[in-house]
Amino acid sequence: MELTEIQNMAKTMRHKILEISHVCNQSAHLGGGLSMVEIMAVLYGRILRYKPNNPRWENRDRFILSKGHGVLGYFSAMLVSGVIDEETYKTFKTNESDLIAHPVMNLDLGIESSNGSLGHGLSMGIGIALAAKKKQRDFNVYVYMGDGECNEGSVWEAVMSAAQLGLDNLTAIVDYNKLQSDGDARQIIDFADFAGKFKSFGWDVKEIDGHEIAQVVDAFESPREPSRPRVLVAHTIKGKGVSFMENNNEWHHNRLTKANYELALAELGLSLEGTGV
Amino acid sequence: MFEINPSNARQWSRIGSRGVFGQAILAVAEHYPDMMVMSADLGNSSGLDRFKKTYPNQFLNIGIAEQNMIGVAAGLAKEGYNVFATSFAPFIAMRAAEQVRMNLGYMEMNVKAVAIGSGVSMAFLGNSHYGIEDASVMRSIPNITVVSPADCAEIFKTVQAAAKAEGPMYIRLTGAVGNPPVYTEDYSFEIGKAVVLREPAEVTFIAAGSMVYESLEAARLLEQSGIKAGVINMHTIKPLDIDAVESALQHSKVIVTVEEHSVIGGLGSAVAEYKSSKRNTPPQLIIGLPDKFDVTGDYKFLLNHHGLNASTISARVLSFLA
Repeated sequence: MELTEIQNMAKTMRHKILEISHVCNQSAHLGGGLSMVEIMAVLYGRILRYKPNNPRWENRDRFILSKGHGVLGYFSAMLVSGVIDEETYKTFKTNESDLIAHPVMNLDLGIESSNGSLGHGLSMGIGIALAAKKKQRDFNVYVYMGDGECNEGSVWEAVMSAAQLGLDNLTAIVDYNKLQSDGDARQIIDFADFAGKFKSFGWDVKEIDGHEIAQVVDAFESPREPSRPRVLVAHTIKGKGVSFMENNNEWHHNRLTKANYELALAELGLSLEGTGV
Repeated sequence: MFEINPSNARQWSRIGSRGVFGQAILAVAEHYPDMMVMSADLGNSSGLDRFKKTYPNQFLNIGIAEQNMIGVAAGLAKEGYNVFATSFAPFIAMRAAEQVRMNLGYMEMNVKAVAIGSGVSMAFLGNSHYGIEDASVMRSIPNITVVSPADCAEIFKTVQAAAKAEGPMYIRLTGAVGNPPVYTEDYSFEIGKAVVLREPAEVTFIAAGSMVYESLEAARLLEQSGIKAGVINMHTIKPLDIDAVESALQHSKVIVTVEEHSVIGGLGSAVAEYKSSKRNTPPQLIIGLPDKFDVTGDYKFLLNHHGLNASTISARVLSFLA
């Protein structure tokens, strides 16, 4: 996908995120979903190798949503790229749905792992990447983490381990939106120089603006440094794209009323008409 | 691969459960090129030194990081590896309990988590290293099979069966160097199927791990007092072999569960949970470790201190019957 197409994909994803958040008529993790949109559009629009019609394809790249509450950014990317269909997407947060507030492993739907509890995904990603190395398979592994998630000690066990194992087929993304459930991350656990921390552990670090598609693409596509895992420390804005949600932690997990939905759509240059709601 | 006979049984007893686990995994590995054995920096203490030398590409010391170990084990398993992840009981069953829950329980990854030196076999290393509650924690996680081999021969059998089985498992090793053998000849072992060592009788012991031998001896002592006693080796604590429990319930005036584990949540609880919904069943005596962080000492001392020996067990049964 070219950059302008990715841009369009991101816009459609935002639309679908808002739509489902309104339709489900429940609180959803909007802020942390919206901060992911450009990165997820780049991943599903350009970087990841996968076959929408064959989700179990052996050589697919493996994507793990370690910040499991980011499903809105994840499911919308899978919807727009044809991995899941509209009918499935619309079951979000309905009884017995495959799509709930956190990923539930379902290889037929392209969901590699169950997450929700933070600090698990990177370790599993390491195991998968290590298996690929040992079996001389050339797929890559991508693990999407939150900055708040990195409060978990298990993340740092994994960070050390990935470097030690020389996994240059592993890429982590840290969605550095600087807000976590209870508020300003800098007042809870201040990571300050996040990139520097990963560098000191031996990672190949790309520090980028996570909403600048060209930067995201370059970070993913730049040549790999042999034997080093890569991390994108992506500066992002929680709630990105909807002015009243941006950097406003009330939208960490909230219900999108009809009035707010209309306001949000208008900001994206969309209206309620023709959206099927 | 290995032969259960009196001479080997004696030799394994001298080597102890950890060393025998190392031998077993080494013997089994040649049939499983996709086997990966992991340790959180306790490889040598887990009897894995020879495995490391023989199969360096199938061994991974992940560092002192049990949570990461279980996650990495799950990732390897997801891509087809047959993974054994080892550590001491509390570090794997509790330090990494939620990793076990997510990866082995929820996602059902084919990982065998092996607790070396559970119960009080860590002796002077103290309560920090004991496996008092591990079976309780592991048993309550859906999808996880919990196995506690009775002796060294059964460790061989368990490792062999675990390598063959698809799905998550927690293997709990009790016993130390010098634990007497239960088995001196070959027998049929199947995960989930208890072994009746003495037919259910007036008193029936249902035991696991190191306490199978003590229960057998206790049954012999009771017989000397004119009381017939049966012994069931319930090596698989979950899923519980209901048929075996039923047969004990039908034939016995008292059921005695014996385990080197807290009286809360282990084999005794599993049997009691089943029994609680059945009418007209015999009472159950739950013998195990007390619900406390108690004194420490050498292994033999601790077992005696907690009454986990044949003479105390039989005496407790006699006083219960009186």
